[in-house]
Amino acid sequence: MRRGRSALGDRIFAGLARTAGLLILVVLAGVFVFLLIQGLPGLSVDPKEYGQGFDTFWEYVGPLLFGTIFISLLALIIAVPFAVAVALFISHYAPRKLAVPVAYVIDLLAAVPSVVFGLWGGRALSQALKPVINWLGDYLNWIPLFKGPASPNGQTALTAALVLGVMILPIITAISREVFAQTPRLNEEAAIGLGATRWEVIRLAVFPHAKSGVIAGIMLGLGRALGETMAVTMVYSSSPKYMLNIIGDTSPQTIAANIANNYAEASIDKQHVLIAAGLVLFAFTFLVNFIARWAIGRGERKFAR
Amino acid sequence: MTAVLAPSTLAKPRLPRWAPFMVAVAAIAIGGLLGLLLSWGWVAMLIVAGLIYVFGLPAWSRVLEGPRTAADRLMTNVVWGAFVVVCVPLLWLLIMVIQKGAPHITGHFLTTSMRGVFGSMEGGILHAIQGTVVVTVAATIISVPIGLMTAVYLIEYGRGSRLAKVITFLVDVMTGIPSIVAGLFALALLVMFFGPAFRAGIGGAIALALLMTPTVVRSAEEMLRLVPSDLREASYALGVPKWRTIVKVVMPTAIGGIVTGVVLAISRVIGETAPLLVTAGYNDSMNGNLFSGRMTTLPVFIFNQYKTPGATGLGTNAGDPPGYARAWAAALVLIVIVMILNLIARIIGKIFAPKTGR
Amino acid sequence: MKITMRRAVVPGVAALALAASLAACGDSNNDAATGDSTDSGSSLSGTLAGGGSSAQGAAQQAWMAAFQQQNTGVTITYDPIGSGDGRKSFESGAFAFAGSDAFIANPSDEYTAAKKQCGADPIEVPSYISPIAVVFNLQGVDSLNLDAKTIANIFNGTIKKWNDPAIASQNDGVNLPDTAIHTVHRSDDSGTTQNFTEYLSKAGEGAWKDEASQTWPSTDGLSGNGTSGVVTAIKGGQGTIGYADASQAGGMGVVSIKVGDSYNAPSADGAAAVVANSDLDASATDSQLIYDVNRTDDADGAYPLILVSYLLACPTYDDANTAAMVKGYLSYVVSQDGQKAGADAAGSAPLNSDTSDKAAAIVDKIAGK
Repeated sequence: MRRGRSALGDRIFAGLARTAGLLILVVLAGVFVFLLIQGLPGLSVDPKEYGQGFDTFWEYVGPLLFGTIFISLLALIIAVPFAVAVALFISHYAPRKLAVPVAYVIDLLAAVPSVVFGLWGGRALSQALKPVINWLGDYLNWIPLFKGPASPNGQTALTAALVLGVMILPIITAISREVFAQTPRLNEEAAIGLGATRWEVIRLAVFPHAKSGVIAGIMLGLGRALGETMAVTMVYSSSPKYMLNIIGDTSPQTIAANIANNYAEASIDKQHVLIAAGLVLFAFTFLVNFIARWAIGRGERKFAR
Repeated sequence: MTAVLAPSTLAKPRLPRWAPFMVAVAAIAIGGLLGLLLSWGWVAMLIVAGLIYVFGLPAWSRVLEGPRTAADRLMTNVVWGAFVVVCVPLLWLLIMVIQKGAPHITGHFLTTSMRGVFGSMEGGILHAIQGTVVVTVAATIISVPIGLMTAVYLIEYGRGSRLAKVITFLVDVMTGIPSIVAGLFALALLVMFFGPAFRAGIGGAIALALLMTPTVVRSAEEMLRLVPSDLREASYALGVPKWRTIVKVVMPTAIGGIVTGVVLAISRVIGETAPLLVTAGYNDSMNGNLFSGRMTTLPVFIFNQYKTPGATGLGTNAGDPPGYARAWAAALVLIVIVMILNLIARIIGKIFAPKTGR
Repeated sequence: MKITMRRAVVPGVAALALAASLAACGDSNNDAATGDSTDSGSSLSGTLAGGGSSAQGAAQQAWMAAFQQQNTGVTITYDPIGSGDGRKSFESGAFAFAGSDAFIANPSDEYTAAKKQCGADPIEVPSYISPIAVVFNLQGVDSLNLDAKTIANIFNGTIKKWNDPAIASQNDGVNLPDTAIHTVHRSDDSGTTQNFTEYLSKAGEGAWKDEASQTWPSTDGLSGNGTSGVVTAIKGGQGTIGYADASQAGGMGVVSIKVGDSYNAPSADGAAAVVANSDLDASATDSQLIYDVNRTDDADGAYPLILVSYLLACPTYDDANTAAMVKGYLSYVVSQDGQKAGADAAGSAPLNSDTSDKAAAIVDKIAGK
């Protein structure tokens, strides 16, 4: 009867779906385990492999992790105010005819590959920033960030942070815009009814509702910045060092840039070290994503009806 | 929204309608004057003029209209100002790519490879385009069917089960994998099987599939979840078995969003450089074979031309080496491809969007 | 079912067809791209992977182009990842041949590894002799005269300003500004660095305290990855000075170094003269043509700040086809034709015919196991 045949079809299809799920599980877990196996030996190789006089793995990865977080935080500080402002612009300030194309252009820009950003940053932005860097080195060198002396060719961490900031801005804008647009209209209209100005409406009705979504967007942007290789490698030359000076000749190196510069070495030991460093980066990115999801979850629970 | 929030005109003193215009004129005048006196460039003059406008108008407004309205004007200025500032680097990038890249995109450039090219010969990117297409299609073939079926499992069969929770967790973890780590993984895998000399397109495809799969699973999951359960229940009520419901009712409803998600995932990985550099290497010639020999993709080509742009004569009058021009032209081609993909994704999304009146 | 299938199948098939057609047009395009190729009837075919010295990059492009034109079935790839990484990849078997600005020192860990990989002493033949130019970016100044001691003091940070008396005394009439000197070095392991530091320590009269090494001894100062990275870093700013292979060092001011009593600018002839005046290194075996470059050569017109770049290969390979391809390619590179092609493309000094013959004799012995 029909039921017999369809029961078989059901079982096959369910089996297929289940197999796919299991396959993904096995593969993803396998990737993680494989990386762990390949990376763990990197914690205890001949100190010569770490280079630059580092004696242990953590001594080697420390300045790299610092560089990664430092540059990404700088990029965030640059990008977030502008991203949120542009998201507000699209959702609340711009006339409809302007908002739609602007949103579209921002989305397209999220898709521009990082190597193109690297090309622009290395060839154009670094040159254009030279007067700014000189000015900062001359007038603001009491701030440790701008201690200088100013690099003569603009290939600095400041330039890289700007390029990164421009790269992650579309992501943060896209998510924030969605969240702002989903503010319950009742809340906004109630605020207007009470005589609030536009800014007060945003402050009172939109922001509280959007807070967790915006934070999630910021975390996603941070996640992308942390793993960014090309834009950073092509813009400035760096070495693993703890330093706060972002306009000087040398700048702190990130984990991803370090891997990119050294992967070609076929030495097995060095490969282990690089994978271990990659795992540290991965762990940190995971932490950031985890916080983002927790923030979204909290927001959803708070506003669940 | 904008119309509803227009400032009211009841009873409070308001700035005259021409106030913003006046402040703008004053700002430009002051900025220009300062610039001329202190011999700044026009960029500095513009920045100062902008700052004076953004903060000057609210200052005037605070005196006349009161702090709340002033704050509102300030934020309006700030938001518009931020928009203008953000436009600058984005437009600069696009204009620069078009300006530097367009002159070098010729028929020859698009239809030949770099085989036999040296010095300041024009060169071509056909091998890079071929590599990009082959590797991306392979990555899609690997990741989409599995990703889609996993999403089906998560939504239709395993909702709430422990296996589903573990899979979801792992997928979330893998969304954050840095692309270079994915590349290192693919490389280590290939080296384990084929020895340290092995570089081939399949490694790049594996790395890209690893990057794409979590995105595909997530977006397919979202789309399937959005299908209203009324549709499913109506189908069951008619006696349709579960698998046919999924295939004939749920999937067609969600297909638009799923395809959009897949195309967006593709457009994201098509620009990946680091994993392909590590696994597929660089090749001057055409290579269509995924499993043997190095394969160049467009992003790797751009990076390579940037790193080794070629020879120049000695002395201060020598021009730029030829590699940079090729890099800009290839960058333009890549951006165009990515934009076309995005457009396709949007169009597909619109055409197949379920007509639920949202 | 049908409609869904059609929706999915049609674009899917289209994409696959596009990919397949692109994949298939590989070989025909490879032949077409070579234009009017002289059909040499060569039977060599396959892929050959090599890499290493980025200084050789421009010349390698010319060699690959010519060789692939004569042997349309062969595809050669050369990854200019730097001499240090190139040697490491050669020692691990990732590259069949490598380009290196420094020969493998014997004895050393590297040499043991190379011998283990090859099963015998590795073959090292010179393929590329090029001056290393010390280049700088200073407005209005096209050329400077500096002796080795001054150059060493600039790069070790002792001399900090452009108008320092040590520089000014050698450059009468040149307008030197009172600005800081920014030195640029290679951030990756490099044979160019090796040759430059060797020159500084041998000819610098004690001013250069560090050993010659492929890794720059300090992390201060600007740095660039690869030859082009250094060039970009120098060109990008004012008051910068660095060292790079002369073939890729255009667009900047050039330093003439003191040789004997006169100042010589980088030139291919000057480089060739120095090699002619240099002996083979003491550790050279029969299959190695490696030079101990005379850095203190003071003959007329000589330019001792050079790099001699070598091609490393194994005398035997497991795969007979690889051996044939390596033999064919290296024979072409060291031949007079190949040297001329390389010199035309990169401004290097071609090997003289004597050296060329000796190298060809060594390469001729490459065979499959």
